[in-house]
Amino acid sequence: MINKVVKNVEDALKGVASGMEFMLGGFGLCGIPENCISELVRLGVKDLTCISNNAGVDDFGLGLLLQKRQIKKMISSYVGENDEFERQMLSGELEVDLIPQGTLAERCRATGAGIPAFYTPAGFGTEVAEGKETREFNGKMYVLEKAFNPAFAFVKAWKGDTAGNLIFKGTARNFNPMMAMAGKITVVEVEELVEAGTLDPNQIHIPGIFVQRIFEGKNYEKRIEQRTVTIKS
Amino acid sequence: MALDKTQIAQRIAQELQHNWYVNLGIGIPTLVANYIPEGIDVEFQSENGLLGMGPFPIEGTEDADLINAGKQTVTILKGGSLFDSAMSFAMIRGQHVQLTVLGAMEVAQNGDIANWKIPGRMVKGMGGAMDLVASADNIIVAMMHTNKRGESKLLKQCSLPLTGVGCVTKIVTNLAVLEVKDNAFYLLERAPGVSLEEIKTATAGNLIIEGDIPEMKL
Repeated sequence: MINKVVKNVEDALKGVASGMEFMLGGFGLCGIPENCISELVRLGVKDLTCISNNAGVDDFGLGLLLQKRQIKKMISSYVGENDEFERQMLSGELEVDLIPQGTLAERCRATGAGIPAFYTPAGFGTEVAEGKETREFNGKMYVLEKAFNPAFAFVKAWKGDTAGNLIFKGTARNFNPMMAMAGKITVVEVEELVEAGTLDPNQIHIPGIFVQRIFEGKNYEKRIEQRTVTIKS
Repeated sequence: MALDKTQIAQRIAQELQHNWYVNLGIGIPTLVANYIPEGIDVEFQSENGLLGMGPFPIEGTEDADLINAGKQTVTILKGGSLFDSAMSFAMIRGQHVQLTVLGAMEVAQNGDIANWKIPGRMVKGMGGAMDLVASADNIIVAMMHTNKRGESKLLKQCSLPLTGVGCVTKIVTNLAVLEVKDNAFYLLERAPGVSLEEIKTATAGNLIIEGDIPEMKL
């Protein structure tokens, strides 16, 4: 049996270097690879290009890398929750490529699926389409969007097994599955790592074939960005 | 009386049809879920990967792994499902979602919408809005008729960077319900007690008023 387990986060991030392009899973702070982000901060790698739907908040998630000025360029769909991000962007310190969320998801999927480019209606007629090929199909206009080429993908799953098979929980799934497929080296941190054969094959969301390294993460904070509740009357 | 935000949501809820899948944007659109008419079953799609979105959780049961697109903790109703972002936007672009309700900074009389960027001042990103407006057949904009400076948000042409072109079908504001077609805003209903003059003054784009315009019923 192929075994994808690495000892710890230090081993999982071997080969990571300044100037690389990464994918990082998560939507807001939900389903982000907390352990990998902490290790990237510790390693101090710089000039990174990060593909991630959001950019964290000031003091958590990708915000931690922004604080340390480790990110050169962000590729995201929404960055509204981060003052430091906005400051670095408006001052020109940080390069930012904002792209539609569905386009981001599909570009990630295409990357892992061997599709170099695809047409989408999103963004046609807007500045997102500037400089891109457009084409009409069945009377509607579409924009050509391309796959990425990330050196590493950092993914968070709920459960995983030693063969790299993954199961996600709730809306923490979001971008993680497509990014798992897309990394040249896909590093997965899981809340619970089990022996291969323990998980029901019918319930696997991402097969281990897409995963190069897996480890059990520690000390998950799982911070909630907007705690909204119904008060019991 | 012009409507407040809650009443705008109430009026939009009247547009819901039985068995529709609906995506609600952040802000006023989110409130629409509180006013589903009796006898109408709809399911709410949250583009971060959730169908069958329910109300906020009872205090103490919130789950960091279950949020909506506004990053708020939510619940999932019976019959709901969870999926990844690529599948979520397959639903949206593939037109499996029947209605999108979203806010806007500007709407033009040809149906163009701008709601994601003010150059040099505010750049938060488009999130899923560009995918939503490029795909849905039914796009209702929920917004105030004028901005904070009192300027019309219903224009001949948008001045801000566009989110989508020729896509908005209906607008519900604090003053009126309008249909967007044939390069004009067609007035369908007035807010209770709001005069045609008030609506004309607040609308910079081409406004068409045909026959008697009824008051909204809330």
